[in-house]
Amino acid sequence: MWEIWDNIILYFENNLDAYLSMLQQHVSISLRVLAISILIGCFMGILCVIFIKQQKWIIGLFQLLRIIPSLAVLVLSIRFLGIGMGPAITALSFLAIPPILMNTVAGLEEVPFFMLETAKGMGMTPLQVWLKVRLPLAFPMILAGIKTAMVEIVASATIAALIGAGGLGQIIFQGLSVRRTELLLIGGFSVAFISLFAVLLLDVIDRFFQRYKKGV
Amino acid sequence: MTTNTTVAIEYQHVSKRFKGANYDAVSDVNISINEGEFITILGSSGSGKTTLLKMTNRLYDPDTGKILLFGENINDVDAVLVRRRIGYAIQQVGLLPHMTIAGNIAIVPKLLKWDKNRIETRVHELITLVGLDPDEFLTRYPAQLSGGQQQRVGLARALAVDPKIMLLDEPFGAIDAINRLNLQDELKAIHKSFEDGLRKTFLFVTHDINEALKLGTRVIVMNEGQVCQFDTPENIVKNPADGFVESLIRSCREQEKLWEGLA
Repeated sequence: MWEIWDNIILYFENNLDAYLSMLQQHVSISLRVLAISILIGCFMGILCVIFIKQQKWIIGLFQLLRIIPSLAVLVLSIRFLGIGMGPAITALSFLAIPPILMNTVAGLEEVPFFMLETAKGMGMTPLQVWLKVRLPLAFPMILAGIKTAMVEIVASATIAALIGAGGLGQIIFQGLSVRRTELLLIGGFSVAFISLFAVLLLDVIDRFFQRYKKGV
Repeated sequence: MTTNTTVAIEYQHVSKRFKGANYDAVSDVNISINEGEFITILGSSGSGKTTLLKMTNRLYDPDTGKILLFGENINDVDAVLVRRRIGYAIQQVGLLPHMTIAGNIAIVPKLLKWDKNRIETRVHELITLVGLDPDEFLTRYPAQLSGGQQQRVGLARALAVDPKIMLLDEPFGAIDAINRLNLQDELKAIHKSFEDGLRKTFLFVTHDINEALKLGTRVIVMNEGQVCQFDTPENIVKNPADGFVESLIRSCREQEKLWEGLA
């Protein structure tokens, strides 16, 4: 037991620079995937709500993509995109878009019709109704989707190491191959902490934007 | 009532049928409303009263007929511009939850790009007009207000840019009896307060006959899309135009008897 603890300290003494660079890679991959997923997820969500007839089709497609294990997407994308950051980001995005997309659709559709009609009745243009009423009211729901996606991204970014994209997965896979428990622990806990930190951060943002919901 | 008879709202052969329906929601309505009147539209659900109201600010467009506001066919004007000239308040109020009370009242002035000082002065004026304390309420969010307080804000918001016409769709429908009576009195007083200056024409939809007779200078009684009677409250009670109006009044009288029996 104490041996593992000593090994962990030893690891940080010898590999701090490498560790920090992997941490930085991990965060960087996660943030890029998140940005792409938010852009695509929200955009598609809005399209789904505007073109209601195609909605089921689009959501179904992304649900289907979500079923495919990210590992498989990763391996498949090597064929088309090669190895490195690009394929990793693509594969992780397939995983992260569905929760954002679905929450965007649900959030936008949940806005009561009378809200939209009153806004229109006051003299807002269709664009103003979207920007001032529909999107702000859907925002908490969209943010909840982003939270879900964020956790999945940070956890799944570990497998990006498999195709040379770097990140904390490297420590874990190294630990697996040479059977060093301390590496597994370091990698695993680091990922968990990033995840936790991300959720806390999003919670703070969430609370800031929803301060209006507090009662007297 | 009014000595000066400028016509504010005129419906000419207005009909509307919704997609898939086999009857007219509003059927051949011909009515002329003078500036400064407080008109109540009385009818049960499905009578077409709300449809008639929503055609007035072009939330719906009539299938046939014309609607004129101060002589101008609203079909010739951009719908958004028509709506910005008309105050609109509904039963669910529809305050934006993420905006403060001040922000909610300022929505239409902001759409019209008023400058900041003018908006601030106006918001203070309005919140006072509807009987709420500016210092206490302007910085609050809608969730922190009671239903009655929210509807007061809804009225203030509808009055924001001093519209000549106000459309009110059962604004007190979800408010308890005591608050409701107070709000009715205050709304009547607000309408009266404009009599000397910028006179306002109120169009108030309700299914409550007491409310309709109490508030209206004239009352439109609607049934199955048609106008049964358009007259002063006194004349409606004295000379009901048809069986429907008669049954409305009778039902009201029967309720009175219940009260007398209990007293």
